[in-house]
Amino acid sequence: MKQATPEMPALARRLINGETAALARAISVVERDTPQAIEILRAIRPHLGQAIVVGFTGPPGAGKSTLVNAYVAELRRRGKTVGIVAVDPSSPITGGAVLGDRIRMAEHTLDEGVFIRSLASRGALGGLSASAAQVADLMDAADRDVVILETVGTGQSEVEMATIADVRVVIAAPGLGDDVQAIKAGILEIADVLVVNKADQPLASQTRRQLNAMLGLRATAEHPVPVLSTDAINRVGVADLADAVTVVADRRDRQTDRSALAGRTRHLLAQAVSKAAEAHVMNSRSEKVEDILHAVQDARLGLTDAAKQILGGILGYNANEQ
Amino acid sequence: MTLDTVIPARVLVTKIGLDGHDRGSRIVAAYLRDAGMEVIYTDPWQKLEAVVALALQEDVDVIGISSLATDHLLVPKLMKALDEAGLGHIRVIVGGIVPAEEEADLLKAGVSRVFHPGSGREEIVEAVAKLAVDAADDRTDD
Ligand code: B12
Ligand SMILES: Nc1nc2c(ncn2[C@@H]2O[C@H](COP(=O)(O)OP(=O)(O)OP(=O)(O)O)[C@@H](O)[C@H]2O)c(=O)[nH]1
Ligand SMILES: [Mg+2]
Repeated sequence: MKQATPEMPALARRLINGETAALARAISVVERDTPQAIEILRAIRPHLGQAIVVGFTGPPGAGKSTLVNAYVAELRRRGKTVGIVAVDPSSPITGGAVLGDRIRMAEHTLDEGVFIRSLASRGALGGLSASAAQVADLMDAADRDVVILETVGTGQSEVEMATIADVRVVIAAPGLGDDVQAIKAGILEIADVLVVNKADQPLASQTRRQLNAMLGLRATAEHPVPVLSTDAINRVGVADLADAVTVVADRRDRQTDRSALAGRTRHLLAQAVSKAAEAHVMNSRSEKVEDILHAVQDARLGLTDAAKQILGGILGYNANEQ
Repeated sequence: MTLDTVIPARVLVTKIGLDGHDRGSRIVAAYLRDAGMEVIYTDPWQKLEAVVALALQEDVDVIGISSLATDHLLVPKLMKALDEAGLGHIRVIVGGIVPAEEEADLLKAGVSRVFHPGSGREEIVEAVAKLAVDAADDRTDD
């Protein structure tokens, strides 16, 4: 059993002790990125690394949520507790969102062993929200054996999921536009497990063949990427999926990959910097920024050089110096 | 340099009991989304315990129940269940076909407001936005 130390923030202590309401609340605090958020994240650090983080990505409508639902049922059968982070897109115009992934996971609503949190992407690119990694950490600290991330269905290169998840499941489905075209270059590279969902559909075997052919062109992979077939609605192939995820996770465990963690932090930092820089440029009315803006407008200064000047202004050092 | 992170209101829009009329709840979900809120939308026919679990996990500020039949009569029970789960700060509103005397009972049970057929977008959005702020102010655990 995990021990919470008394000087911790109360929310962190309650979360580590397994209180569901505290987990729910801590996620909101982290999403707000307040000073309290940092305290909580620091307090949970010693409790991280227990969970396997599994990312599910793929084009819109491929069946990610339905497959997560079936996978979770399988995990529960295997006695695992689960946390799910389900990300849906925010409207770029209003910022609003209808978060609908969990509609497909309704059978788990009353299961105490399953905690589902819907997040809006809030303008983050790459299929997750800015705080998704930290939300996954909170679920890890709250003693969830498996943490599942469902990305926004972009089908583009989901770099973020790649840096956060221990195991990356990429889902394709027949009949989504030009079949495999829906899986864009870049996304295959991150896959640890490939799934052709909707195996009940007539074109599924063709999709599978195409994927195998594409994988064949990638001879560099150290471990061959399994290509599985599932019918998420009728729960066919789901146990095989769970087994395949376990195989990859076990491999990862042995590596205890420190450099990957540092890489992830660097990636998160880069994201935060661009967000902060964007806010600075959008809201600042400082003379310096206005000068640079006019220089770009008058075609006296290129965008890249302008960005470096602005970063230099914010950070107080020369951005050309790498 | 400060980064102002403004967090949108989070609202659960759902239906309880056996009533399947979901046009109103869909429209209201879209109103709230278009006003910049984050809406957790569910299928109809939710059990009361499910509504409580959803509200807890999603940490919503407001719960909107749509009722075109008689299922709003369950709402006082829901209010009690929310209180028992430590979610007394969440504001609950009801929309749909609610006779006047039943509306009075709902308000007495702690429902913040009842919306009738024909309620306008602005009226709904404004009320939910205000109730979300009230709910956030009433939180006790942080
Ligand atoms: C369309 C309709 C249907 C459709 C439903 C389609 C669907 N998926 O929703 C169909 C044909 C399937 C249907 C079936 C039935 N219906 Co019907 N139906 C209607 C009808 C004509 C309109 C409802 C509607 O969609 N209005 C449009 C929406 C946008 O308006 P609204 O829901 O009122 O929502 C507005 C406000 O109320 C409010 N609001 C609503 N919810 C919420 C939630 C929140 C959070 C907020 C803030 C606001 C809010 O804001 C909305 C925007 O202004 C009404 C009559 C009426 N005039 O209301 C009967 C009515 C609701 N139906 C009725 C009945 C009896 C039935 C059936 C039982 C008939 C039968 N015997 O088979 C079945 C039962 C279906 C079921 N499974 O529950 C009765 C209910 C009587 C009662 N209250 O006791 C009504 C009132 C007709 C009548 N006068 O008898 N129905
Ligand atoms: N025939 C068939 N349909 C499926 C299968 N899995 C999912 N579907 C259906 O495909 C549609 C989309 O499923 P979702 O699970 O919502 O897909 P998603 O990838 O999560 O979608 P987004 O989150 O919107 O990107 C739904 O209508 C599902 O019922 C399957 O194995 N076979
Ligand atoms: Mg989904």
